[in-house]
This record gives sequence, C-alpha cells and structure tokens, in this order.
Amino acid sequence: MSEMAAVLGVLFAAVFTNNILLTNYLGMCSFLGASREVKTSLGLGAAVVFVMTSTSVLNWICYHYILLPLDLDYLRFIMFIVVIAAFVQVVEMIIERFSERLYGALGIFLPLITVNCAILGVSLFMVIRDYTLAEAFGYGLGSGLGWMVAILAMAGIREKMVRAKVPVGLEGAGITLIIAGIMALAFMGFNGMMTLN
Amino acid sequence: MPPRTTEAKQIFRDNIGRDNPVFVQVLGICSTLAVTNSVKNTFVMCAGLLFTLSLSNLTVSLLRRWMPSRIRMMVEVLIIATYVIIVDIALKAFYPEIWRQLGPYVGLIITNCIIMGRAEAFALSNPPGLSFVDGVAAGIGYSYVLLAIAFCRELLGSGSVWGVQVLGGWWENWAIMVMAPGAFFMLALFIWIVKGLILKPDDETKEAS
Repeated sequence: MSEMAAVLGVLFAAVFTNNILLTNYLGMCSFLGASREVKTSLGLGAAVVFVMTSTSVLNWICYHYILLPLDLDYLRFIMFIVVIAAFVQVVEMIIERFSERLYGALGIFLPLITVNCAILGVSLFMVIRDYTLAEAFGYGLGSGLGWMVAILAMAGIREKMVRAKVPVGLEGAGITLIIAGIMALAFMGFNGMMTLN
Repeated sequence: MPPRTTEAKQIFRDNIGRDNPVFVQVLGICSTLAVTNSVKNTFVMCAGLLFTLSLSNLTVSLLRRWMPSRIRMMVEVLIIATYVIIVDIALKAFYPEIWRQLGPYVGLIITNCIIMGRAEAFALSNPPGLSFVDGVAAGIGYSYVLLAIAFCRELLGSGSVWGVQVLGGWWENWAIMVMAPGAFFMLALFIWIVKGLILKPDDETKEAS
C-alpha cells in the first residue's frame, strides 16, 4: 500500500510541484515552437505522454538489468538515447501500419520527440533519484502529463493573444517566455503540498 | 588563403551577432537555462557545450562523405553522445562538487538542439576546418548570452558573482531570480532588448522571410 502511495506521490509531484517544463526548463524548444494552436499541442502532448512513460520504464529495465551488472554505468547516455530513438522509430512504424487516423494525428510529432530534451531528462533524473520501477513509471507518466498541461495552457493563451498588441521586440519567443514565467509563478503556488527528492 | 580566413571571420560574426542561436532562433536553451542561477555552474556547462559542439562539428564534417544519409541522424547523435560522456567523466573526476550540482544537465547537452542543428546545417556540407570554426563561434555566441543571464540572476538573486558576495548587507535578495520563473523573465527581457535595440529593421524583414 505504501508503495502505491509513493508512486502516486511521485506522479502528482511531477505534474504540479516539479513540472519538468516550468521548473526544469526541459522540452523548451518544442514548447516554444509548437504551442501556437491547441490542436497541434494536444497531439504533441499526447505523443510525449506516451513516449515518456514507455521510455522511462524501458530505460529503467535496461539500466538496472544490463548496464549495472556489466559495470557499464558510464554508457548510460548512449543507451538511453538509443532506446528512445529505437522506441520512437518502432512506434511510428506500428502506428503507420495499423491506424491511418492516429498516424495522421501523431505521426508527424514522433520524430520531433526523439530530440525532445524532456524525454532524456526524465530518464536521467530517474537514475539520479534512485527510483524503483513503479516510481519510474509514475515519474514518466507524471512528467509527460505535466508537460502536456503546460503546453496546452500555453496554446490556449496564445490563441487568445493573436489579436493582442505586443511590443515589436517581444513578438514570438519573447512574449511566450514571459507567459511561461507567469505560469511558472502560478505553479509555484503548489509548492509545499508535496516534494520530490 | 585569404578567402578562407574572410569566410571564417564572417561565420564568426554571424554566429555571435545576427544569427545568434539564442536570440534569433531561441534554440538549445533547455539544457543550460536551469543552471543559470549561478555563474560558475553556467560557465562549466558552457565550456562543456563549446567542447562538444566544436569537436562534434569537426567529426561530423570529417565523416560526412562516408555517412549513409538514411542513418546520419543516429550517427550524429552517437558522435555527440561520445563527446558528452568525455565531458561527464572529466567533470566527475576533477570537479565532483560541480558535477553533483549539475546533476542530469551535463547529459542533456546531447539533446541540445544547437549541436544537432549545426551538424545538420553546417558540418554536413562544409570542410572540417570551417566546421570547427563554426562550432566554436556558435558555442561562444551561445555562451556569452547565458553567462550574461547567469550574471544578472546571481547578482540580483543572491547578491554574489561566482559565489563571491559583492553586494553588501543592504542588498535585499530577489528570491524570484534564483527560482524557476526568474530565468523565463530574464531571457525574455534579453531577447526584447536585443531585438528592439540592436537588430536593425532590415534584419527583421530578413528574419521574417
């Protein structure tokens, strides 16, 4: 039972108090680039949730059952990135084969995800914090959901802002960063509810 | 070779000014923004990035004729990851304290979009010498921006620079600066200043096209 509670704790902390985007700045590139429309960011967010959860579990298994017994700890960067790239590649092929519609919605985002820093970041954090397999699953799922919440909120705000007058120098990236800063402030309100270590 | 040197100079100027990866393209800030609350950590990260960027550019350029185009991304990532592992091991051995503070961010240099971007956009189609120069230039253009942000954040947030207290006891620390939102606001401010004051109108149109 306490195992379950630990997993839930990690999950909620990863969504709210330790949001991977707003407190660790990971996945900024695609966040800034793809947050123009709610529809696009929904697709990208869903793809991130799926890939992040699966790769954090896969990487946990590979790290603990392959690298640690062989004493090849220092190769973890290469292994993580290869696992992520291979996984994305396989998923893309499966989706393309079985569901035309899903491929149309998610397909174009999958290659982008390979270079999303947040995916690799989750695997690295998981190793540093010594999570168990169940916690790694919770952390991957929570971080993915957190990222999705952030990009959806941002896309919603940006859609409303199309008609707003923004100072010339701030257009595009500048104003998006400021909104992200305010969102980060808002998320800091969750601090103290729970902590991740 | 005079044309070569002028070309190299041009690359240097572009990367530091008009084509600066951070201001103009807003790329690759993920891995480093998180450590900009201290100048020292930022400096170490930027040094690691400069090392990885220049050498991976050089390696990709040397191998560009032998790389099958279908798997070139994978090859590039592996080259980059190799250099990052070197940085990681060296840091762990010589500066274990800083290595612990940086945590996962050293590994995240691998997914820094600038490194991949320069390899794809420049090193794949240019000779090794020029690619190396391009890597160094892009690295410097990136580093000075982040060091400037780190300088402001550490000065305002903790009243110190490089861990040394410079503002006296009268200074009230701006706690927000060392916390997460501070970096967002600081970067936005920098982009605003640079775009508004330094980039000329004709650059703006060029960028838009």
